[in-house]
Amino acid sequence: MSLLTAVLPAAVEGGGGVGATAAADFSNDNFWIWLLKAVAIIVFLLTSVLIAIWFERKVVARMQVRPGPNVHGPFGLLQSLADAMKLLVKEDITVKAADKLVYILAPMIAVFCSLLTFAVIPFGPAVSLFGIVTPLQLTDFPVATLYILACASVGVYGIVLGGWASGSTYPLLGSVRSTAQVISYELAMGLSLVSVFIIAGSMSTSQIVSSQTQIWWFLPLLPAFVIYVISMVGETNRLPFDLPEAEGELVSGYMTEYSSMKFAWFFLAEYINMLNVSAVATTLFLGGWRAPWPISAINDGMFNEGWWPVLWFLAKVWLFMFLFVWIRGSVLRFRYDQFMKIGWKVLIPVALGWVVCVAVVQGVRQFSGLDLRTTLFVIAGVVLAGVLVSFLIPEKKDEPAADRGEPEEFDAFAGGFPVPPLPGQVLPPSRRQERRAQAAREAAAQAPTETPQVTQEVHGG
Amino acid sequence: MSHLTAVLPAAITDAGTTSGGEATLFWVLAPIMVLAALGLLFARKAVHAAMAVVAVMISLAFLYVAQEAPFLGVVQVVVYTGAVMMLFLFVLMLVGVDASDSLVETIRGQRWIGLIAGAGIAAMLIGVVTRVTYPRARGLEAANADTNPVGVARLVFGEYVFAFEVVGAPLVTAALGALVLTHRQRLVRKIGQKERADARVAAGGVITPLPAPGVYARHNAMDVPALDPQGNPIDISVPRVLRIRGQEAGTERFAASPGTLVEDGSGGGARRDRPLPAAAGPGMTSGPATPITTDRGTETAL
Repeated sequence: MSLLTAVLPAAVEGGGGVGATAAADFSNDNFWIWLLKAVAIIVFLLTSVLIAIWFERKVVARMQVRPGPNVHGPFGLLQSLADAMKLLVKEDITVKAADKLVYILAPMIAVFCSLLTFAVIPFGPAVSLFGIVTPLQLTDFPVATLYILACASVGVYGIVLGGWASGSTYPLLGSVRSTAQVISYELAMGLSLVSVFIIAGSMSTSQIVSSQTQIWWFLPLLPAFVIYVISMVGETNRLPFDLPEAEGELVSGYMTEYSSMKFAWFFLAEYINMLNVSAVATTLFLGGWRAPWPISAINDGMFNEGWWPVLWFLAKVWLFMFLFVWIRGSVLRFRYDQFMKIGWKVLIPVALGWVVCVAVVQGVRQFSGLDLRTTLFVIAGVVLAGVLVSFLIPEKKDEPAADRGEPEEFDAFAGGFPVPPLPGQVLPPSRRQERRAQAAREAAAQAPTETPQVTQEVHGG
Repeated sequence: MSHLTAVLPAAITDAGTTSGGEATLFWVLAPIMVLAALGLLFARKAVHAAMAVVAVMISLAFLYVAQEAPFLGVVQVVVYTGAVMMLFLFVLMLVGVDASDSLVETIRGQRWIGLIAGAGIAAMLIGVVTRVTYPRARGLEAANADTNPVGVARLVFGEYVFAFEVVGAPLVTAALGALVLTHRQRLVRKIGQKERADARVAAGGVITPLPAPGVYARHNAMDVPALDPQGNPIDISVPRVLRIRGQEAGTERFAASPGTLVEDGSGGGARRDRPLPAAAGPGMTSGPATPITTDRGTETAL
């Protein structure tokens, strides 16, 4: 153990070697700068949601070969504004069976928690804001990414409590599904993020971005990226994982009993959450605000400074938003058991295995001093050898299905007391039934009466 | 967390008491936490009790963060609030939110064994806690020298790694135990979606959803059968209950007039290998027992 403690500091310091891990410097910030950034984030999120709703409807419409919203404003841009106004003036119903406090609290929890995430998302590097040099990020701390996970997991309480508090069956089913979904998909999500932490050597968002100067992490960590993308769709309850609000099965799940503004809050939270997970994916895997490669090389990295990075950041976020819409437009909803199976039997084991691989590679690099290329070559060699060996192993023949043949008769009383038949066994013909049939036949022979013909309806569906 | 510390100067005076922002935060959160903890004890609904626990956990996380332990604070929320309490809620909702505990002893002497074990733990804890001596505090500066998570990692994976693994062992055992106890051996082959679909097709009958009732644009009601492409009424489109009660509307008025019926084998239609089954004539059902009301007035039974 002493060896481990002796080595650990070195490992930790070595972890920073990959990227320069320059944390964002907030030392110049003062009160009004914070206020300005916070207000800017809220305004950004709310307007983005309006645009996102329009964007989604328009893109889905294009995919389904129809025009989509095109009446209000240019290109139908004001449609979501009109919808928001409609929701505002609709009747606000509080159902009688509801648990009032929780019922009203739930949409608030959902929205407040979704608003928290962007506090630690870096929009860009340090810029001069009214003469004060400050990073385009509200705040950052060593566990910023975990903080994002925490906000997301508390936000789900809004959904769960909303469903429960409605005092109705479908919402309750929706919220039960939502809890199960969160438990299973947050695990996979967290594990996929761990490999980024290991490689980047930090959990602070600004340091993760600055560790991606050489290469964006989605390339070397492709499996983790794929797992993250899948679980982020699950986390936001979007198709094909929208089981908590599956409208074909549960009316609209947890928000069935909500109307007007309370419903609008849930709606808002869902879209902000989409923006959140997109921003996290951008920050952790797609280089955050860094310009994509050919552009980043122009003029000595001119496009990675000043206000330009905001553009790249937004472009990447909207790329993910498009992905969300694309998935919604092309994939069907999962059946619940398939959904659980994917979560527990595919995503979590793969994520765990991948984390172990990344940890081993990183450990070998740091403890043995081998460089990354040698390590990767050795690993490739081992994998290749494994594949070759696997060709030599003869293929396992499918065991012939146990041919049960004719079900055998068995004596139910063989053990002294009656037991039911096992599969493949049948009871001997019942003597009592025989007697009854006999009696019925005799009765029919004695008194031939007309029995009313009852036609049995056959259920097709 | 440099921000938060800037906002809430966590000044520890020489007397060892906090002042300023941290003290304010404490005096705001402490009553909330005490109330929430009491809520756990006295809440009537299980979900309310769970919510009270969540409130305590989150407030506690705030205090941890204020005390420069951001890792602990955030992990507290992710693990306990996000996963463990969520699991509790899941079980509460599955078991039935209003289910009350059964107080029947299933194992004989369970209560006494429980009491003795509890007393043992209490004795041990009291023994340990009373004899504890704190080493001189190293101070937050030294503890968080290279960020808080790194400091925690050194302790967990260095100094206390054995204790950590030992604590992990019972958890793994418990998880395995739950798996073993809930495992059910499958006696028959699992019947999945594919098998069910195959069986349904093999059994014959209608495999699609039944057609919806009502002839749109002429009449729109549950008791009116839909019309097939030839203009003949489809009886199974009317709900079974209505048919058995004899409340199905007469089809005569809704079927196409004989002149517009598509004749078999006529020029425009697709060729068929076998002729269509003879369609039942219009008006084969008994007609409504109740008058049908449309905006043209009430129509009595035919």
